[in-house]
Amino acid sequence: MEKLLSGNEAIAEGAIYAGCRFFAGYPITPSSDLAERMSFRLPQVGGRFIQMEDEIASAGAIIGASLCGIKSMTATSGPGFSLMQEHISFAAMAEVPIVIANIQRGGPSTGLPTFPSQQDMMQARWGAHGDYEAITLVPCSVEECFYLTVKAFNLSEKYRVPAFILSDEVIAHLREKVRIPEPGEIEVIDREKPRVPPEQYYPYDDSQGEVPPLAAFGSGYRYHVTGLAHDITGFPTHDPEKVGRLLKRIVDKIRNHVSEIVEYEEYMVEDADILVFSYGCTSRACKEAIQELRRDGVRVGLWRPKVIWPFPEEELKKAASGKKAVLVVEMNYKQIGYEVERILCDMRVHWMGRADGEIIPPEEIEEEVKCILTS
Amino acid sequence: MKIEVRLVGEGGQGLILGGLILAEAAIRDGKNVAHTQTYGAAARGEISKSDVIISDETIYYPKVRQADILLALTQEAYDRYTRYLKEGAIIVVDEFYVKRYDKDRKVYALPLSDTAIKETGKVITVNMVSLGVISELTGVVSKESLKEAMLARIPKGTEEINLKALEAGFEMGRKAKEKG
Amino acid sequence: MYTDIVREYLRKDKFPSIWCPGCGHGIILGALLRAVYKLGWDKNKIVLVSGIGCSGRTPGYVDFNTLHTTHGRALAFATGIKMANPELHVIAVMGDGDAVAIGGNHFIHTARRNLDITAIVYNNSIYGMTGGQVSPTTPVGARATTAPYGCVEKPFDVVELALGSGATFVARGSSYHVPMLDNIIKEALAHKGFSVVDVITTCPTTFGRRNRLTDDPVKNLEWIKERLVPLSKWEKMSEEERKGKLPFGIFRKQELPELTELYHEMDLKVRGEK
Repeated sequence: MEKLLSGNEAIAEGAIYAGCRFFAGYPITPSSDLAERMSFRLPQVGGRFIQMEDEIASAGAIIGASLCGIKSMTATSGPGFSLMQEHISFAAMAEVPIVIANIQRGGPSTGLPTFPSQQDMMQARWGAHGDYEAITLVPCSVEECFYLTVKAFNLSEKYRVPAFILSDEVIAHLREKVRIPEPGEIEVIDREKPRVPPEQYYPYDDSQGEVPPLAAFGSGYRYHVTGLAHDITGFPTHDPEKVGRLLKRIVDKIRNHVSEIVEYEEYMVEDADILVFSYGCTSRACKEAIQELRRDGVRVGLWRPKVIWPFPEEELKKAASGKKAVLVVEMNYKQIGYEVERILCDMRVHWMGRADGEIIPPEEIEEEVKCILTS
Repeated sequence: MKIEVRLVGEGGQGLILGGLILAEAAIRDGKNVAHTQTYGAAARGEISKSDVIISDETIYYPKVRQADILLALTQEAYDRYTRYLKEGAIIVVDEFYVKRYDKDRKVYALPLSDTAIKETGKVITVNMVSLGVISELTGVVSKESLKEAMLARIPKGTEEINLKALEAGFEMGRKAKEKG
Repeated sequence: MYTDIVREYLRKDKFPSIWCPGCGHGIILGALLRAVYKLGWDKNKIVLVSGIGCSGRTPGYVDFNTLHTTHGRALAFATGIKMANPELHVIAVMGDGDAVAIGGNHFIHTARRNLDITAIVYNNSIYGMTGGQVSPTTPVGARATTAPYGCVEKPFDVVELALGSGATFVARGSSYHVPMLDNIIKEALAHKGFSVVDVITTCPTTFGRRNRLTDDPVKNLEWIKERLVPLSKWEKMSEEERKGKLPFGIFRKQELPELTELYHEMDLKVRGEK
């Protein structure tokens, strides 16, 4: 069925489709309408919603609920995402699946509450303390908000990691038509349950695979969870061999599977001389610009990651190979631009961006591309 | 074919709802749509903007840049948004509130709120009168889809007055079109 | 017999504990486990949650579903657990700094919501694990590593804080008055709604040594005995007599609708099943 939904509503619907049955959150512009939608929808499907006292508590509550085997999420914006970092680190260390939607607004600090930005890209990557890997998805349309939310839950469950949906104020409040798939139409992944009896179960048993099965609290498997460095049994240790093994697995379970996790769109890339790299709402202005430029005979294409962390390095390298130049367009002061420069170190990488609350207009991108061609 | 429609006025005039109904009518017509609106702390009395892009193609850039159709229900909103119009854009204004308008442009100054009050006794139905006018004048959405979309969105118990307002809008639009 | 009961619920291979000789925490844990035994709860249905600090190590030693969270946030995690699965018995153990300094916001809001969780505050008036820093319950004049000239701030009264925040069961016990602590914790666990037990306890290592109590556990326990007076006696005492003392006993026991039950009612209405 086709519906007119906003980006935030589509994230809520995607979450419910994916089996999310618990949401804890704290109001913050421009994400609050997502929480509102969940408070309305969850009781209809047997789920629970709670408005917590702050974002730290919200992130803690969803970890608690997830440990009971219930898929859980929260939503916030930059300042709240900062407060959640403590528990993002915990979820990464304790390997508890959670999903957080960060509806980006202008920063730093309180910044521009009602205007879009893409200034939390690196916060999603390196925001919390310690070494860990999380997964970040960047939707560019309302429909993608739905699908990438389902994917965020799937990846979070599959790899036992925090997964983030980095939307922005433009996509959040844009309304477009979305077709909500029938149940069963798209894949929904649930975390793996223990394959051994309780007395043989360890929550971090790497002999069970890179991502060990996770039992639900109350299901008869009594085990210990801690944010301290721990061994396969879940109890604290400072044995360097065991700690090293744990940390290495926490990063490798993602780094060794980048090609299975990433997803991207290529738009008029094949014959392009210039490759525009962009994501989220900004990529839509890029597409509009590319259409105009193509009309003028300029061979330009767009490469757009849907999953930005882990970064699709190899895929980007392949797409960029043989191109004359790459242009990164984003609504911040070069957060992903530096990453692309690092990856495409032997290429001409140009960058344009702004962080003033205005979505970049297509005309500016056209101009920049023309500038690159003549330089 | 891509048409950018902009509805502007004051918070409380029902323009956000109007934009949603217009977008949903376009979906019923099989089109792609992108709806955006003013977003902020303001509720009543501030300028309110509800934008709808309607297209047969995929819509990339989601914001209205130069409107093909502008509805302005207040002078302040008219003054601010006539800067962003396409050449030959169609403008519909409420003649009671918008007294000063550009005579070089195609402006339909119509008794929108007066008609709403006269037909339904409620000025709040001015959004439906306006949608009726726009649909009839421009054909941007079909009348049937507009009616269906409206009935699916509005609160139960208000069908009668809203239908009345919409019909009055169709009629006013038809007359305005004939007059040219 | 008491020891046998306690052993039944312990992860014996995790001992010896990290707690110092003479620490009061083991006494509280013993009381908690005896209370669980008396209630006959299924180990599989108990979740013990803690924050960070010496008290935070409690979950590691007990054979329940156990969660050692971040500093001050035990009640936030506990809230998610109880909301997700109301059938579980959720117990949160916290230190004084953990519960009412860094976790103060979570403490008052969980109390306000009346979620069926039992919060046990191991109140030794000091940050023990980090080496004896001043805490929000350090008495005025007491010395700590960050109050070398004596604490000048007025402390929190955990019981008053819980009462003011709307907790429906509020009690104070101590690691000196053990049989009474067993009973108080049992009543707190059995209570439907948010229950708080402020347990006055000792830290000979970081508090006692700096406050003329030495690291002798007996002297430290005696300091509790000197300060605490039963609630019935307290009520008859004058303001002058109350100086430097604290009442103990059950301060509130009130039946009010519990949050997950209220949610359940709402859910049924929303889904048209009621």
